[in-house]
Formats: sequence, structure tokens, C-alpha cells
Amino acid sequence: MNSAISRLAVFALALIGALILATTYWQAWAAPGLADRRENAIQRVAQFTIERGKIYAGDGKTLFATNRARKVNGQTLYFRRYPTGGLAAHVVGYSTQVRSRAGLEQSMNDFLTGSNANLTTVVDTGVDKLLGRHVVGNDVVTTLDVRAQQVALRALGDNCGSVVAIEPTTGRVIVMANHPTYDPNLVEGRYNEIGRIRANCPVPAPLLNRATAGSFVPGSTFKVVTASAALESGRYTMETRKTDPGYCIEYGKHVNNYDTTRPFGSITLFQAIQYSVNSFFCEIGKELGPGPIIQEMKDYGFYSLPPLETPADERRISGLYHNGRLFEPQSAADVDPGRLAFGQTELQVTPQQMAMVAAAVANRGVLMEPYVVDRILSPKGKVVTRTRQHVLGRTLSPHNAQVLSLAMEAVVRAGTGVAAQIPGVRVAGKTGTAETGRAGRNQTAFIAFAPVGAPKVAIAVMLENQTGVGGTTAAPIAKQVMQAILQGP
Amino acid sequence: MRLSARNRELLNLIVVGMITGLGFASVYIARSEIVSPESLTYAAFFVALYLVAHVVTRITAPYADPYLLPMAGLLTAIGLTEIYRLNPDDAFRQGLWLVIGVALFSVTLVILRHDYRRLESYKYVIGIGAIALLVLPALPGIGRTINGARLWVGFGPFQFQPGEFSKILLILFLAGYLREKREVLAQGRLKDFGPLLLIWGGAMAVLVQTNDLGSGLLYFGIFLAMLYVATSRFVFVAGGMALFLAGAAFVYQVIPRVQDRVTIWLDPWPYAQTEGYQLVQSLFAIAFGGFGGTGLGKGTFTFSNGTDPIIPYLNTDFIYAALAQELGLVGVAAVLLVYMLFVARGFRAAMLADDGFSKLLATGLTFAFALQTFIIVGGVLRLIPLTGITLPFVSYGGSSLLANFVLLALLLLVSNRALAPRG
Repeated sequence: MNSAISRLAVFALALIGALILATTYWQAWAAPGLADRRENAIQRVAQFTIERGKIYAGDGKTLFATNRARKVNGQTLYFRRYPTGGLAAHVVGYSTQVRSRAGLEQSMNDFLTGSNANLTTVVDTGVDKLLGRHVVGNDVVTTLDVRAQQVALRALGDNCGSVVAIEPTTGRVIVMANHPTYDPNLVEGRYNEIGRIRANCPVPAPLLNRATAGSFVPGSTFKVVTASAALESGRYTMETRKTDPGYCIEYGKHVNNYDTTRPFGSITLFQAIQYSVNSFFCEIGKELGPGPIIQEMKDYGFYSLPPLETPADERRISGLYHNGRLFEPQSAADVDPGRLAFGQTELQVTPQQMAMVAAAVANRGVLMEPYVVDRILSPKGKVVTRTRQHVLGRTLSPHNAQVLSLAMEAVVRAGTGVAAQIPGVRVAGKTGTAETGRAGRNQTAFIAFAPVGAPKVAIAVMLENQTGVGGTTAAPIAKQVMQAILQGP
Repeated sequence: MRLSARNRELLNLIVVGMITGLGFASVYIARSEIVSPESLTYAAFFVALYLVAHVVTRITAPYADPYLLPMAGLLTAIGLTEIYRLNPDDAFRQGLWLVIGVALFSVTLVILRHDYRRLESYKYVIGIGAIALLVLPALPGIGRTINGARLWVGFGPFQFQPGEFSKILLILFLAGYLREKREVLAQGRLKDFGPLLLIWGGAMAVLVQTNDLGSGLLYFGIFLAMLYVATSRFVFVAGGMALFLAGAAFVYQVIPRVQDRVTIWLDPWPYAQTEGYQLVQSLFAIAFGGFGGTGLGKGTFTFSNGTDPIIPYLNTDFIYAALAQELGLVGVAAVLLVYMLFVARGFRAAMLADDGFSKLLATGLTFAFALQTFIIVGGVLRLIPLTGITLPFVSYGGSSLLANFVLLALLLLVSNRALAPRG
């Protein structure tokens, strides 16, 4: 009988051995995948035992996100509070039990929960765990300027739209403000109040970060891109002349200027920018074809996801869209190059992308990678990582950037953008107005930078559902925000 | 100097006592707001209880294996600590059951101290007793259905799972019957299988009727294992497996609850919010423990209001998930190794025994212990479909704890007789 017993014993031990293997599978092999699953209630609750890192404004003092500790059944749980409410809601996002996470709360989660692979953090949280202390996450310091952000929100008023301001020489995002916004404190328990937010546009979508994921028609602000392509092609200078009949003929049809009653006659490219003459750019588009314009767009960052630390699914690629899908024309037959040239065809852009255009022109043609996280701090205040400035590419030669700056300066000095003038500061800008198909309702835009020559700020203001034009609606907002930034704290 | 078996047992128990103290201390430190310092008296009480068991063993079974009792002690300590951490009230009740368990253990040892083999002559009475206990919950009036399985007998607030004891009686019956008939059975004449098939068929019918498949698998596994050891004929095992698969296919067709369990086992994710919720969250709980675990008392088992449990039946069917999260892979692998060692010592006792009844008895008891561990932990780990049975010595539940103490006492008696000096 003993040989049978020993065989049975081996079998019985193998059964329990299989349990050890299966446990290893779940705890070592499958664990990371399971941790990311949305159904994971354990993970969702366990995050509350971690003292999440705080999120700060650019001054390093103002708290965008902090915690309120509460003892629940003997366990200390940390619930998220957002002291500034809707001020930077779309960048900061939220971290909740019922609706998961958004914004930097989502994309910086590993740092905020101290679970990133950075050596200092690994040692810190390891020691915390060994000593039985609760884990404290790393703090995130953003680049946003609280006061300018407040000014931007106030200036937007009831208008649905966005303001994005970037420091051209570094890529530092100073302002990213949207209207309508929402109070992240409501997401956990009073979510339906967010659903009831109304604004002066057909689709309020308060949770949408319009600045990075909104869909706007650039209108004439896009002429800055076309002008760049024209200058870079070597076939045009600011003195290139054309005669404006008040319209441009494309495929045998008239494409009109904004105001067809007063044709400009013989004008230069410089004047065409200053007065935003559509027919001039329509001709450039026809002459260049879509290829060089698309290439210039790519140099400015169109056709790829604009870099930023917020989650990728909260950002949108700018470019030509056809039936809701991004498309890249291969020849003039795929697109109407004349309309493309002044931004009136199937172009969809984000305010962030247009701010990048202004910033690159301001920074002598060098496009800096935008960033909204300045540094990560350990709970003791030591710098864990600091964002390094990074050149994304060159969009213009320094000379072309300079002449384009001067033309844009003329827009503000004596062109369509006079509303953006700031006394004692050289401001360069470009207006834009796009018809939306709804009678009397436009999307308006203004991109600008200042001071010309030594730029401190580049800005894009884009508005929905406007009755006015870019120069009267968006330009005054840009002026207020730039003024707030240039004044300093 | 070579220590005697009992002194080794005592030393091991002291180590177990220290581990227990450490466990309760960690729970106390981690959850001091809701756990009182008196909780540490649990550990003292626990050690005292096992010292009593040790003294009884010293008197009644002085040559018995010195590792079985301390390992059982360690497993109950781990169980009690975890139950305490999950719900101090349950731990108090489990502590009472532990007292009764040690009492039953002592009574079993004292009554059978001279010769447990006289049980062999009552095998048919025992066999009928086993069936009677199984039928009990099916009787109207006293039978109760809990969590979909009709396994319970209730008298007022007092509830009891007779199936746990029926398992041990069945092993006693099989050991006696197979010892007597093993030669003729090995020849494979059908008529000798009559009583066996009858008992088995009865047990199966009752199990299907009570809707408890985990126990069905357990009983059948015990039956096949003992038949194999008695006859050394693998063909019986193969035949039995075929029978089992046929039976399983039938049950699958007939009982919707079984179909649900199998569907969830094959792919739980589409049912993560419905029927598969418990299993899926338990897997999340295990995975969350990772390599080192969260530490005793620091796991996450309730929603953030602190009271609603994320996983229902955590301290009975799913206690392994709780342990896996708090002790981590390192901890539960160690716990499973204790189970392996216990099983190894049990089989060792079976091999050392010099008569067929003892061998079959120890084999049956040990294999039952191993298979029960495999069925519940394997179910929780999605190795096999989930069925609700208890994890021996660890899960919360009186009947199971008492039955396992009887099992332990019988194993000690077999090993005591095998190792006693002949004179």
C-alpha cells in the first residue's frame, strides 16, 4: 500500500504546489494589468489611504489640489479638495472614487501616489511601507499663473472659449483657461450639478478642456501659417504685390473677401496680413498648392498630438478634418488650397496649437515644447524631477520670423487688431473670424505675442458663438491677459 | 541530546505562540482606533489553549508526530488573526469555537487513547451515520439554506454544518470497509463494489439535492483516493473519473447555479459587475497584495465609508484573498507551505502505520485536508470553478473548525500508534 500512498502524497502536494504557482501568477505576473482595470474597487478605495501629492500653481504656494484627512473606521482616508474650484479645473482635473480621474490627476497619478519608478520615490515609499507609515505622494508644481488665469476667466465672461498663453522662449504654459469651467469638488458627490451648467453656446460641455481638445476653425489667424509657408518657399517677400479685386476665383467660382464692397487694389503681402485680405492668400494658396502649406503646418505641430502633460485623450490633433476624421491631402484635388490658405476650409485647430504658432513666430522661428508641469517635489520638498526645456523644431528662418513679426505688429498698430494695443508695449497679432454655418454666429480668434523683439508671452484666444469679429471679441481678451502677464506678480 | 517528540512539539508551540502574539500586535498597531489593547489577550488565551491541547497529547498520545499540532496551531492563529482584523465580533465567536474545538480534540484523544482501531468494527453504523448527517439539512424544519446551498441545520440562533462531520465518518467507514474488502476489490468483481457504490451514490444524490458541489467534488475525491490506495489499481481511479465527469456534465445541464459558476470561471470579466463580482474583486484583492502584501490590518476590504465590504463572505470562502492581500505572495506562499508540510506529515503517518485500517484512515484524512484546501483556494484563484467550502483551520466557521480538530486528533492517534515503541 505504501507505494500507492506515496504516489497519492505526491499528487496531493502537487495540488497545493499548483496553488502557490497560481498565487504567484496573480500577485506577480497579472497584478499590474489588474491594477489598471476600471472595475477594480480595491484599487479605487485603496488610493484613499495614500496621501496624494498636492498640485500647486506656478507660484509654488497656491494650492490647486490638496487633501482632507478623515478617520473612517479606524483608518485614515484622504479625500481630495480643490481650493481654487474651477480656476484651473481642466488642467488639474479630478481624482475621485466614482468617476476615476482626469487631467494632471490622471496623467501624473504615478507621481501623486508615489508609485513612480523614480529612485528617490521608490526609496521613500519603501521606507514608509516598512515603518508602517501611510504613503505620501509627490507634489506637482504647475506653470500656471494664478492671477493671469483669473484675469483670463473674467475676460472670457459668458463667452464659450479658451485662452492659452505660452512663454515663447521656454514653452512654459502661463494660462490655460476655458469657459465654461466646473468645480472639481462637485465631481464626487454632486456630479449632476456639473451637468446642469449652462453657457452661451449650443454645447456647454463644461468638462471639456477646450484649450487642448476643443475644435475651432482658425479663420484668418491661419494666414500666419500660410505666410510662413510663402516666405519659407523663397517665392514671396513682404514686398510681393498682387491686385485685390475683392475676391479670388477658384475652380471658376468667386471666393470673397470679408468685405467685398471695398477692394484694396494693388497691395503687398505685408498689407495683406495687416488688413487680412482673403483674395491675396487665396492666390498664394493656388500658387503654392497644398504641399508646402501642409508641410509648414507640420513644422508648427499640426498633424501630431501637441505635447503637454495632460492625458493624451484630453488633447486633440489640429489639421484638416473630413467627416470627423483627420486627413492629409496628397494633391490639390483633395483640398481647396485657396480656402485652406486663409483658414476657411475643413481646418480644425485647438487654442493650444494656435498659441504654439504665435510662440514660434515670436521666438525667431523656434518652436519650444509646451509644458504645464514645472517640477515634481518629494514630500520633504526636494526636487524629484524638473521639466527640461525642449526645442520641438524650427518653423521659420530668423529673418522670415522677424519680417512676419513686423507685419503682425502692423495688424495691432493700424490693422484689424487695434483692440489689442497695450500702451508702451510692441504687440504683434493676427485676427480671425470664421463663419459657422449658423447665420450671424461666428467663431472668432486672436493670436498675439508681446513685446516684439523680446517676447514674454504668446497667446491664443478662441471663442465660439460670436456675433462680432476676432478683432472686436477676442483681441480685447488677449490684451487684458497679456497685460496681466507683462505686469508680473 | 535528542529532544523527545513532545518536547519538540512544545518548542514549536512556543514559536507559534510568539508568531500569534506578533500577528495580533500588528493588527492592534495598524487599527488601534477600533481595536482595544485587550486584543493582545487573545494571543495569551490562544497560547494557553494550545498548551492544554499539548498536555492532553502528552498524556494520551506521547509518541505522536510533534509537528501536526503546532502547524494546526499556526493555521488557526493565522485564521483567527485575520478574522479578528476583519471583524472583532466574529473573532470572539471563533475564539469560543476554538475552545470547543480543543475540548473535542481532547475528548477524542482520551476516548480513543487505547485503541482507535475498535472504530473499525462499527464501520456500517458509522457509514449510516455519515449519510444521516448528510441528509439532515435536507429535512424540513431544521434544514436551512444559506447562500444557495442547503448545508445547514439550525436550532434557533444556533447553526451547524453536519456535512463537515459526515466527511470524517465517511473516511472512517471507507477505511474499515476497504481494509476488509481490498483483496477482493482488487480482483475487480462488480458485486463487491455494491455497498461502495451504494454509499457513494447516496452521498452524491444528497449533495446534488443540497446544491453543494464543492463538497461533492471533495467526497468523490476522497473516495477515489482511498479506493486507489486500498487496491493499488489506477484503472479504478480512471473509471471513477469518467463517472465523475459524466455526473458533472449531467449536473451542469440540470443546475443553473453550476452553469453560472462554470461560465464565470471560464471568463469572469464580462460578469464583473454581476455574478462574477465576488470572484473578480477577490482577484483584484489578491493582486493588490503583490509580493510583500499591505501588512496585517492595512489591507483594503471595505468601501471608503469603512463599513460596506467590497467582497462578501470574505472571512469564510474568501479568507484566502484577504490573507493574500495583507501577507502578500511571501506570506501566503508560506501559509501554503505549512499546508504542504501538514499534508506531508499526515502521509508520513499513513506510511509508518503497520495496519491497513490505520493506513487508509490517515490517508483519507490527510487527502481530505489537502483536497479541501485545493478546492477552495483553487476556486478563489480561478484555477477551478469556485465552490464555497472552508479553508481548513483558517476560515471563520464553527463546524469546520470542530471537524478539523477531530481530524487532527485521529491523525495524532494513528501516528502515535505507528511510532510507539513495541515491547
